[in-house]
Amino acid sequence: MLSSPTVRTSLIFTAIALVGLVFADIAITAANPWKDLGRFFLGVVTPDFFSTQGLATALLRTVAFAFVGVALGSVCGFLLALVYRAYPVRIFCAFVRAIHELFWALIFLQFFGFHPLTGVLAIAIPYSGIFAKVYSEILEEADPEPGRLLPPGTGVISAFLYARIPDCWVQMRTYTAYRLECGLRSSAILGFVGLPTLGFYLESAFSQGHYSDAGAMLILFYVLIATLPLWVKPKLLPVYILGAPFFLGDGMPIVWGNVARFFTEDIVPSPLKNEEGWAGMGAWFGDLFINQALPGIWNTVILTQIALVATGIIALLAFPLISTHFGRPVRRTGGHVFLVIMRSTPEYILAYILLQLWGPSMLPAVVALALHNGGIIGHLIGRQSSSIILRPDAPTGVNRYTYELVPRVYRSFLAFLFYRWEIIMRETAILGILGIYTLGFYVDSAIQNIQFDKAMVLILITASLNIGVDILGRFIRKKLALQTMPTC
Amino acid sequence: MSGFDLTGLTASFGGERVIGPLSLSVREGDRVALVGRSGAGKSTLINLIHQQVQGHSSLVPQNLGLVNALQVFHNVYMGRLDANATWYNTLTLVRPFARDSREVKALLEELAMPEKVWIPAASLSGGQRQRVAIARALYRKADLLLADEPVSALDGPTAHLVMKLLKQRFRTSVIALHDVELALAYCTRIVGIQDGQVALDEPSDKLTPADIMPLY
Repeated sequence: MLSSPTVRTSLIFTAIALVGLVFADIAITAANPWKDLGRFFLGVVTPDFFSTQGLATALLRTVAFAFVGVALGSVCGFLLALVYRAYPVRIFCAFVRAIHELFWALIFLQFFGFHPLTGVLAIAIPYSGIFAKVYSEILEEADPEPGRLLPPGTGVISAFLYARIPDCWVQMRTYTAYRLECGLRSSAILGFVGLPTLGFYLESAFSQGHYSDAGAMLILFYVLIATLPLWVKPKLLPVYILGAPFFLGDGMPIVWGNVARFFTEDIVPSPLKNEEGWAGMGAWFGDLFINQALPGIWNTVILTQIALVATGIIALLAFPLISTHFGRPVRRTGGHVFLVIMRSTPEYILAYILLQLWGPSMLPAVVALALHNGGIIGHLIGRQSSSIILRPDAPTGVNRYTYELVPRVYRSFLAFLFYRWEIIMRETAILGILGIYTLGFYVDSAIQNIQFDKAMVLILITASLNIGVDILGRFIRKKLALQTMPTC
Repeated sequence: MSGFDLTGLTASFGGERVIGPLSLSVREGDRVALVGRSGAGKSTLINLIHQQVQGHSSLVPQNLGLVNALQVFHNVYMGRLDANATWYNTLTLVRPFARDSREVKALLEELAMPEKVWIPAASLSGGQRQRVAIARALYRKADLLLADEPVSALDGPTAHLVMKLLKQRFRTSVIALHDVELALAYCTRIVGIQDGQVALDEPSDKLTPADIMPLY
């Protein structure tokens, strides 16, 4: 078994995670973690839907930001997909999607303030980069034959509309709908940096110990996502997209002087501003790199590797919950509900909740990342395992799991896992805002100290790290000949 | 001008030569049947001719090249996308003009499937799909027909109906056919392909099925 490259790769990654555990700061520091967790669950089962008047508004804003951001992102992404062959476009898209929505929000907050544009752009910009990549992959896979058959002299637009789009349409629509679901999660967590979406109210409910309010918000959020197919209909879509901009709220007016100052002064490295020359610049960057970037990178990488392996373990444990090869329909329904809750909770919210309950350390982050991503991969693998047809006399129970199913789904499991590697790293970096010492922590502190020049450099370093992991993940997937669909 | 001359034609696939060197001259009014064992290079030859005439032909490729998500009407209409302005084509995608749908419907009527005009190509049977590709070629109205086994999925009477229609509408054609009877009945010239070479080139009225059989 050790000679199999997939097993060897898994063992190497597990070993790295175990070594990481030695260095990681894993602890429960809260005085009474289980009591708090108990109070939280009590809150979830006794939700109070009517205490805050802001709840309905928060949900409306969450939906509105998601719609406007995703719609704008998909239009821009589509246009970018048409020119995706160009190398600079690829680089640009890789770059904008390597920066997390919350980082974009933090940047725009500095010069647009609490204007709706901040939230819209924070979603639209990274989503454009993602849409461009996936749309272009879908368009590339379309059958080229109809296009080849068109009479010479056919216009470019006509050819595109007749021979390209129709066969891609369903796939693009499915992916866009999936992204809308992600958009709702992104929109919800934007509240944590002060925009008027769900996260804002969730944070204030938590900080005041109003667990029933928090429970009500979470339940409504699950209902919102679970009923997405019921209320998002193709015919209603134009109504939503045209209506959504009117429900973003007014926020504060944009002060254009701030915008100009941000670009011409705030983000200019301070040695350049103070005319300290290249020597000053070197010292400034060296200090920033050694004291902030390096510890940030170290913690981000350690946390990512632990979370990656934990995600894999959760996914492998969770997929039998919905697989038709185990259990009866009733238990499978329970499994579905469990996995839906796991994957619909944004990891940021999960990490926030656990951090409140267990106190600051890497543990809440690892558990949050593993539960969310493990839920997603477990769902995909479980669905795939259900399509496997076993021989009638196949073993049952644990033997069925270890001999019949895991070997068959292991390759796609690894493919999904390596696909999500970059996503896990992006999230790990952002969880720093919650007080874990990953890159996001240093970005957030720099912003708190009004050192936007340092914040920008740290964000650029984070983006490069994500791009690097993305490339490494793709390399490993290629080396192991693993394939994934883009809808993951 | 719908004839063409091919000389010294070669094609390789994965380093292995599948066609040629081969010369073929087709004059206006020729109805050429390409016959030969499968793998002899007929499809490759059809594709090479398509390139040679720079797309100025009505082509029915073996894999048909239909857009599955579009209705039959649009798949047929695509044969003449070059004839109309972009705005006209775009509008047609949303709502076809009566003039065009009448014309397409008439064509489908001749192919014995008028009721399928508004059905997506994806939900058609193999024989119906083949007739949609033929309707597209007819709608295209090029001077030269290039067809690769255009009736392979059709039953006897329908195959005859289609071959008759193709003979009526195109003065010049090159059709790959494995059915020797059909080749002799509807074409004026039989070109036998063997191992990528022309092994036989005779007017069809001088041949009997027995003369062609050695090619298989």
